[in-house]
This record gives sequence, C-alpha cells and structure tokens, in this order.
Amino acid sequence: MSSATLVPPARPVSNHWWQSRTARRFARHHLAMLGVFMIVILTLACVFGPYLLPYDELYIDLRARFAPPLTGYHIFGTDPLGRDIAARLFNAGRISLLVGFFAMLLSTAIGTVIGVTAGYYGGRVGAALMRFVDAFLSFPSIFLLLALAAFIKPSPFMITVIIAVTSWMEIARIVEAEVRSLRERDFVLAARMLGLSNSRIMFRELLPNAIGPIIVAATLTVARAILLEAYVSFLGYGIQPPLPSWGNMLNGAQQYLDKAPWLAIVPGIAITLAVTSFNFIGDGLRDALDARSDLH
Amino acid sequence: MMRYLMSRLWQSLVLLLLVSMIGFAVLNLAPGGPLSQYALTPGMTQEALDRIARQMGLDRPLPIQYLDWLWHLLQGDWGRSYRDSQPVLGIIGGHLFATLLLMGTSTALSIAIGTWIGIKGATKRYSIFDYTATVGAMVALSIPTFWFGLVAIYVFALKLKWLPAGNMYTIGDGSIGDYAIHLIMPSVVLALVNVAVWSRYMRTATLDVINQDFVRTARAKGLSQRRVLMKHVIGNALLPMITLAGLQLPTILGGALVTETVFTWPGMGRLFLDSLGYNDYPVIMGLLMFSAILVLIGNLCADLLVAFVDPRIRLG
Repeated sequence: MSSATLVPPARPVSNHWWQSRTARRFARHHLAMLGVFMIVILTLACVFGPYLLPYDELYIDLRARFAPPLTGYHIFGTDPLGRDIAARLFNAGRISLLVGFFAMLLSTAIGTVIGVTAGYYGGRVGAALMRFVDAFLSFPSIFLLLALAAFIKPSPFMITVIIAVTSWMEIARIVEAEVRSLRERDFVLAARMLGLSNSRIMFRELLPNAIGPIIVAATLTVARAILLEAYVSFLGYGIQPPLPSWGNMLNGAQQYLDKAPWLAIVPGIAITLAVTSFNFIGDGLRDALDARSDLH
Repeated sequence: MMRYLMSRLWQSLVLLLLVSMIGFAVLNLAPGGPLSQYALTPGMTQEALDRIARQMGLDRPLPIQYLDWLWHLLQGDWGRSYRDSQPVLGIIGGHLFATLLLMGTSTALSIAIGTWIGIKGATKRYSIFDYTATVGAMVALSIPTFWFGLVAIYVFALKLKWLPAGNMYTIGDGSIGDYAIHLIMPSVVLALVNVAVWSRYMRTATLDVINQDFVRTARAKGLSQRRVLMKHVIGNALLPMITLAGLQLPTILGGALVTETVFTWPGMGRLFLDSLGYNDYPVIMGLLMFSAILVLIGNLCADLLVAFVDPRIRLG
C-alpha cells in the first residue's frame, strides 16, 4: 500500500483538551496565565533550588548570623543561627506546597462525597448533612485548626489532615447545590431505569457533570490551605522546626523585626506569591468554565 | 414576622446542638482525653488517675458524658481554668471587650471603605479603577494577615515611629486618645481582608440593583446620578450586605486571633494562644464554643435585621 494515496482521516476540530474552547478562554485570561507562570517558577525553584545553592538548609554558621540579603552567596541573607534563608525558603516551599496540594485533594474528596450524598438523596439525609456543614462553618477555622493541632501531635501528615478537616465545607456546599440541580434531569432518570446503583449514578453520572465548579473550588482551596498552614505554623502549632515551612520561618521573625527585617519579608512574599497565583488561576478557571458562583 | 422569628430561632438551636457535638468530639480527641493534664503530674499513678476519672465521671458512656457536659454548659458552668482555677466564662468575659473593640472598629472601617470601592467599581465598570480594585482585592485576600501586620509594624512603628507597635494602651495613660492610637494599626490590618471581600460583594450587589427597572425609572424622571445612587441604589445594594456581615463573622474572629497575637492585643485570640501554650483545655474548649456561639448569634441577628428592614422576607 502506498502512503501517497492514503487520505488522512477527518478529525474533529477540537480533538485535544488544549484546543477546547475552555482551554483557549483560560489562555486568554492574563491574570490566570500570570498565576500559572508564577507557580511553575516557584515549583521549579523549590524542586531544583536546593541543589543549586552552596548551602544546606540546616547548616549552621554562627559567624554569618543576621547577614543581610546579597551577602556573598547568601542571596536572601541568613537567619539568627546563620542558616542560609534561600536554602530554607526553597525547602520550606516543598513542604508548604505539598501540604497545600494534599490538603486540597483530601478536602475535595471529603467535600465531594458529602456534597454528592446530600444533593442526591436530598430530603432528611441531605438536610441533616447540610446542617452539619453549617455547624462546621460556625467555627472560625483558625480556632478549630489550632485546637486540633494542640491536641494532636503535629507532623506534616497530621497538619495536612487537620487543614483538610477544617476546609471541606465550601466544596460540599458547591457540589450539593450542583447535584441537587442535576438530580431531576433526564439522564439521571435514564440511568435509574437502566437499574444502575445509587453510587454509580452519583459518581459516574452526576459527578462528571459537576466537575467544573469542583475544579474551581479545589484551586481556591489550595490557596486557602497554603494560607492556613502559614497561619498555624507562624503561631507555632504547625510544621515543627527544624523542618522549615514558609509559616514557621516567620515564627521567630517578629522579635528580630528591627534588626533583620528580611527574616519576615522574604517568606511572606513567597506565601503571598503562591496564594495570589492560585487565586488568579482559580479566577481564570471560573471565567473559562463559566461556572457561575455566588462567591466574589 | 413572629413565624419567621420562631423558625429562625429553631434553626439556630439545632445548629447550636450540632456545634456542641463537634466541640465535644474535639475535646475528646486530646490524647488521654480531659485527663491528660493530670497524667503529667509527677508521681501520678494509674490508680490515682482512675480515681480522678471516676470523680470527673469519665468512666461513664460517652453519650452520658456529652449530655452532662452540655447541661453544665447551658447552665453557664464552663469549667475552671487549669492555670488559675478561675471560671472559664469569667476569663472569657474579661477578654471580650478588647476583641469586640478591635472587631467593631475594623468592621466599621472595612464596611465604609469596601462599600465606597464597590459602588465606585460598579458605576465605573471596566475602568482602570475597577480593574485595579478587582486585582487588588484578590491580592489582599492572599496576603497573610499576620505578615501584613509585621510589615505594618516595621514601617509605621519601627521606622517612621508614628504608631505604637502593640498593646491596647500605654501603662499609666489609658486616655481615649491613647486607646485610639493603639487601635489604628491592628484594626487597619484586620480590615484589609474584609475590605477586599466587602468591595467585591458590594460591586456585584450594586450592579444587580443598577440594572433594575426602578433605577431606570428614577433616571428617567430626571434625577441626577448622585441622587439616584444615594436614594435608590445604595440602600438596596446594602441589604444583602447585612447577611454577608453575619457570614463574615467567623473570618473576622479568626483574623482577630492572628492580629491580636501580632499586636499583643489583650483579647480572646491572645487568650486562646496563651491557653494553648499552657495546655489549658477548659479555656481552649470554652473559647472554641464561645466563638461558635458568637457566630450563631451574629448570623441570627443579621437575618432578623434583614427581615426587619425588608418586608419581602418577613412576609414572603
């Protein structure tokens, strides 16, 4: 068979996800693209940065205490023990970003299961579950987070779990509303007539139709989780030293504010950059998916 | 109105019950439960621990313990602090004023600024001001409150020396002016996030109202833009904001905790952190429950106020 006579098969215009309308709309969103760009840079810096720096994040050099930024190879200066802040910042970023990411996965999972269940069954079960969500929302999340962190021995894993446990409610609300509006549609009736099980209808038929708002909420949850980790670690109940995180790098910064302001400024900028980026991406996704949300 | 009031009260009671269950669950998460502080006492034996457990009623089934705990809670017996044996409710009451002062000032500030930004953004939609406000709000929501506080202290207290770096008053002074000077920085720092939230919602609410028929009528009868805004738009746009103020309460309370820590403000947040440092579980639990109840009451008040102002809800 000669290849010259072969007619290329007709392909639909948007065959790949990156050619879809949603993806193109997202790519046109300047702030979202800026967010993606900053997250990529931050992630690359945190993954490869520590290998490129001449200092270890735990290397103590008492002769080089409180070196301001750009002293020798200390691009961001040193801390009260003479440890290199850049090395600590990048290693801390690994922890903070991982905690944020996994807390998002876990809280999205919890929120989705509760939201789908409440929305699908409705009635008393749904009402009871949603009142439970309301009750959780009545606690200021930092109070709940700190109380849990004080009672449970904190490790990166437990901090992730605790953050997830205190931030799944928004997603549950969004999913519940979405599923409730889809529940009476014809395709659900058809699935029921086919005799599909409840769990199959919930997770294979309903959930894929609610994926847009979930993705948006999940992105914003990463931002929120990074912030929450910073709050508890700053207050001393999150990630414990010597393991650095962006929050606990700021923990001792206040007492040296006059002498060494860079101790506070550098990690704070890293947190703000990461959180802003995820918020920008979430905003762009919302516009691209046209997921109407009553928030913001 | 009466029926609405009753149904809303009933909902709040149900929520209060659920909140107490969550609180009780958290309390029992402590390793060793409420007994943990006795276990640390030197020379403590297992028999002595068991005896204390019996005295405190900890050998009973959990549901009974829960009901007992709830019963005492409702009677105002919130236990005593491990630190100084003072009743928990009294300790919280002693720190309430400072927190309410901070939250009140900050909320008033953020409502004033947020409302202005929101209305201006909505009336000049897609202008440079609107765009800056939108991006600014997203950045403001991303800045950790405590870090903003540290930067503010560095600039205004340490470098410019315009404002005090912390505390609620100068010892030996305590005049109203002195309180006011100490209040400026923490309330502005706490307001930042809320200005962002408030301006976003206010912009949406104003846009909703501006597109309504009665606004077009007001314009058609020849009212100036300013008069239309003042008389017809702002009032209606502020209605949903009452509910929002209630919903924002947990965030403001949480923000107050962090702000109080940075500015050594002697309020509930500061008390919470001090109690954490001492493993003072009764006070920690008390504050957790108290803040949730405060939020429930706040939401209830907000809803009742909306119903009072807006006959559509009261009668509908």
